[in-house]
Parts: sequence; structure tokens; C-alpha cells
Amino acid sequence: MADQTTNPIAFVADGTIPPSPPPANQTGIVKWLRENLFSGATNTILTVLSLLLIYVLLKNTLPWIMNGVWNANSLAECREILAGKTGACFAVLTERWPQLIYGFKYPTDAYWRPNLAFVLMLAAVAPVLFFDLPRKLLIFTALYPFIAFWLIWGGTILVPFVALLGCVAAGAVFQKLGKNSFAAGFFGAIIVALVVWKLGGALIPEDASEGAWLSAVPSRDLGGFMLNMMLGLACVSLSVPLGIALALGRQSNMPLIKWVCVIFIEFIRGVPLITLLFVASVMLSYFFPPDSTVDLFLRVVIMITMFSAAYIAEVIRGGLAALPRGQYEAADSLGLDYPQAMRLIILPQALKISIPGIVNVAVGLFKDTTLVSVISMFDLVGMIRGPILASTEWNGVYWELLGFAALLFFVVCYGISQYSQWLERRLATDHH
Amino acid sequence: MSELAIDREIDRTKMQVSDEVAIEINNMNKWYGSFHVLRDINLTVNQGERIVIAGPSGSGKSTLIRCLNALEEHQQGTIVVDGTELSNDLKNIDKIRSEVGMVFQHFNLFPHLTILENCTLAPIWVRKTPKKEAEERAMHFLEKVKIPDQALKYPGQLSGGQQQRVAIARSLCMMPRIMLFDEPTSALDPEMIKEVLDTMIELAEEGMTMLCVTHEMGFARQVANRVIFMDAGQIVEQNEPEEFFNNPQSERTKLFLSQILGH
Repeated sequence: MADQTTNPIAFVADGTIPPSPPPANQTGIVKWLRENLFSGATNTILTVLSLLLIYVLLKNTLPWIMNGVWNANSLAECREILAGKTGACFAVLTERWPQLIYGFKYPTDAYWRPNLAFVLMLAAVAPVLFFDLPRKLLIFTALYPFIAFWLIWGGTILVPFVALLGCVAAGAVFQKLGKNSFAAGFFGAIIVALVVWKLGGALIPEDASEGAWLSAVPSRDLGGFMLNMMLGLACVSLSVPLGIALALGRQSNMPLIKWVCVIFIEFIRGVPLITLLFVASVMLSYFFPPDSTVDLFLRVVIMITMFSAAYIAEVIRGGLAALPRGQYEAADSLGLDYPQAMRLIILPQALKISIPGIVNVAVGLFKDTTLVSVISMFDLVGMIRGPILASTEWNGVYWELLGFAALLFFVVCYGISQYSQWLERRLATDHH
Repeated sequence: MSELAIDREIDRTKMQVSDEVAIEINNMNKWYGSFHVLRDINLTVNQGERIVIAGPSGSGKSTLIRCLNALEEHQQGTIVVDGTELSNDLKNIDKIRSEVGMVFQHFNLFPHLTILENCTLAPIWVRKTPKKEAEERAMHFLEKVKIPDQALKYPGQLSGGQQQRVAIARSLCMMPRIMLFDEPTSALDPEMIKEVLDTMIELAEEGMTMLCVTHEMGFARQVANRVIFMDAGQIVEQNEPEEFFNNPQSERTKLFLSQILGH
């Protein structure tokens, strides 16, 4: 304002200002430390206290881990080797490794079967998780449940074959009838699948599993972390589609469908999972025909799936509600019918919004598979609490065993959470 | 609500109204609960007409054109679109929707799909057009709305005006016989309004049947062959644009025009 002779209001830019790089950043470890750890008196005190805490923790745990004994046959032997020093007795993990992973009844000479199923699982899950992979790989994903069933349970190959045949027939019927009416295709497919399974089941001879190439393993012989993985994978992959169906059903204009879904969701959410598992182990057989022996594993899968599907349905309902009304209207105005609008427009967006919630349920579900130990299935926790801690050799080795269980679960759950964060970044289309 | 000047000559050679009826509405009534939103609407639109529907907010003009492709349900009277009566039969509704294009105030592009996928989705799934052909047609219309170079971007990366032009191209890819515009420029900055209006004018020049709910009176004056004024759920006045703007008959129309053109 020094020069009063020029007009202070009028201004014309004399050209565009070229973009220039931001001022050179004084990067460096010292600057980072000062900004993030020692930016003030309080922060400095907190930093020092935190370092102290970490030091105390490490001082007490490190010797315990470093002195760990890896080779011994009992806790007593461990203590002898340690001779009074602090140290963990990891020998229990090495000695009982097969029991922790496969349970105590799975035939020792058949461990390669679940191992192979595990490796194949990675290949089957990959195209679902990473959709940049060629879509043709999904054929293997579709076949995987039948292959895994055959590998783990063994017995005659006819059982998974008939199961697969039923699914293929159902798919074909759905393709044919579903073109005109979704409901006709849906129910037609279910009926055809049931007929094929019934007929196929009747055709398989009773003694087909005797002398089969892979010896038959009954469900009650499954155990260890393998059982947790199997339950987790089966229940997550079944409960997501069921959850989607329930969420859409709850929004349906048809009162009957809507109320069935609402009652199902509200009932299941209002009941503790443990109760459902007891129902599965004791009471569910009342609902099946008297002469049928529905496998305990299958009953547990049904219950956990229903439980998590109810939660996933509510998560997805939130995603559906978050979509602007205009997306439905745009899909309608282009002439897309309901299944097309849902599949192509609404669900891809609603599911994207729901990823954190679905992952939350999936992680919870995976950890909840340890609850089957209360209905005397010997999963990882069941093995630890039962056969291992109860044995005379290893009575009292709590920290090592439960720490190991915690580590296994943490690795899987952290992996799931990292994947979901990657997926959210990958699906972001709002900028760049 | 200023009047945006249209600064180019409009080519009227193909803007011809035929005798063929595109839309016929007879004694149509609609209620939201007990609120009577549309009252006794009678309207016949011929193929090739360009109709602007104006009126204050809440007058039912958006509801009217949303009834034409069954985004809203009417409770009384008949609506016949392109020879098919709108009834509760889903087959009829889907048929009409695939013949009638609609452009929304908030664009409503599908944010999870690229621009090209937005334009090819309905032709591929509804019309069963082969993918390659659908893509060629989409590129043709994207060139027409002057954004072919954005085809592989996502809607969130485009400006509002560009998004609205994509929305127009997306509708055109279904080869509709009638286009409905529901306040297509109301959510846009003035600079972008012009690019969208230009696209709409080009469409009119090719003889498209258009029903536009809009506050762009310049567009109404120059492009429309008929202006309809609605208030309180009924059609108050309709006339050719020249007469409508220069010699409005009803008091309500005069008041409305003085308010939006007055300054």
C-alpha cells in the first residue's frame, strides 16, 4: 500500500505461472526423529517411557525364547537340560508337531494328503483373490472342493464324483431355465441336484470305499490346525454367497422372502455360536431323516456358515444402503433386469464398500472355529487342551503351546487383513 | 437460472415433427401417499418433437418424465410409449426402458466401470450385442460427445460436464427412439452447462425425440418446438416457444417467467 498512485483493486495476471517442484525437503533421520518422537516435552517423556517398556519386555522374554529347548521327550527332560535357567520348552512343538497340525487320529502314512490339499488350496484360492489372473483358472477353483474332499477323506472317488455331477447338472439346468425366469432356474437346479445325488448315492455300492486307493478317513479322525483351516475355508466360502442372498432377500419387495430372511438373520444373531454348535452336535440329527447319518463335520459347517452368513448379510445390507438411489435408477433406466442390475451394478459396489466388514466377520469366524473343541472335536486348541496338556509328559507347558496356537492364528488373520487392505486400494476408482 | 446464450446457428433441416405418435398420456394421476403430485395429465408427443418442461421446484415435472419409463409408478390413467402401454408387466417395462434413454441430474454413471464399460454394459447385456460391435458403437458416440480419449478412465476422474456427456452417450448406445432429460445441467458449473447443451442441441439437430426438464430458457427458446409449463402437479400452459415467452397467457406463467428471466 506504499504507492497510492496505482489502483489497488485492478489486477491482471501477466501470464500463467509455470508449475515448480515443492521446496527441497530436508529429509534425514534426525529430522524424522525430532518431528515424530521428540517434538515436545510430553512426547519426549512418552518416547522414553515406551522405550523403557519395550526394553523390560524384551529383557524378560528374549532369554526365555533364546534358551528354548527344542529337543526333549518330556517337560521333566526339558527342565533337566535347562538346569534352572529361564527357557522355553519348545520341544513339545517338535515332538507333538503332527498332532498339533493333523490331530491324533489321522493316519500317519496319509499326512501327504492334507499337505497336498493345502498346496492345491493356494492354487484354487489365488484366482478368486487376485482377479488379474486368467479367468480360466477358476475352473480349477470350482473343482477344488471335490479334489480336496477326496484327498482328505479318501475312500471311493465315486462320492466326490457324484457330488460334482450333481453340481454340473444343476448348473446346466440353471443356465437353461434361468434365462427366462430366475426362480424357475434356481429351484429347477436344486431339484435336479438332489435327484442326481440321490440316484448316484444309491448306485455307489456300500463297500466301495474298501480297498480304495486312498484309505477312507472318518470325520472324527480329523483334527489339529488342519481342522481349523478346513472349517474356516469351507465356512467363509459358503457364508459369503449365503450372506449376499440373505441381504438381497431382506431388501426384497416380496413380503414372504423378506420375512424369512429377517427372521433367519435376527434369530441367528440373537443366539451364541456355542449354542448353535451344541445343536449341531446333539440336536440337529432330529431334523434329518432318522436313518441318515449326517456327518458331524458337515453339521458344524452348516451351523458356523449360518452364523457368519447372518452377520455378513447385515454388513452387506449396510453396503447396499450406502449406494445412492441413482445407481438403481440408472440400471433400471437402461433396461437391465433385477439379476443383471444386482450382479453388474449394485453388488460390485456394495461389496466393495462392505470389504472391511466382511473381512472382520471372516477373521472372527476363523478364530471361532476353535469353539468346536467344546463339542469334542480336536482342533488345534482342542488338541492342546486335551491330549497334549493332559499327557504325563507335557502337563504344564502352557505358554509354549498356546503361544504357538496364537502365532498360527495371527499369521492367517493378519494375512487376511493385509489382503483386504490391498483389495481396497486395488478397487479404488475415484482418483488416479 | 440466467439465460445462457446459444452462440451458433442451429441446423434445422432434420428437426421435423412427424405424424407418428411417440408418447401418449391420458388422464394420468399420481399420488405420493395422500399427496396428489400429478393431476390429470394429458399429453401427446409426436416422433421428432423437442419438448421443454419448465416450472417451479415441486411442480411435478421430474415426476412426470420419470413416469414415462416407470421409474415412478402412476396410479390412474394410461401411458403409451412407442406403442407399448406401461403396465405392471415387467416385460413391458423392460422393453420400454430399453427404447427410452434417460439422463439424470446427477449423471448416475457407474463408478466402478470405465467410461467405455459404462457405455457397452447395457447393449451387451440387454440387447445382446457382440462385445466388439458394442465397443465400436460406444466409441462412435463418445466421439460424438467429444470425449473418445477418456474412454478408459473412470467416471470419478472426469469433470461434471464430461460425466454428463458420457451419460448421454451411454443412453445413446442403446439406440433409443426417445430421450428423457431430467434437469441435465442443474448440477453443473456454468462453463460445463454449455458443453452439455451443445451435445443436446446436436442430438436435436439429428431429429431425436426429446423431453427435457430444464431451467435453460435459452435452450427452450431456440431448440424446443413446444414448451410446457407445470405448476402444482398440472400442466398450466403449453405453447410454441416464441408465443410462450413473448405472450404467456396464465398469471402463474407470467410470474414464473418474470422471476427467472427478470434479471
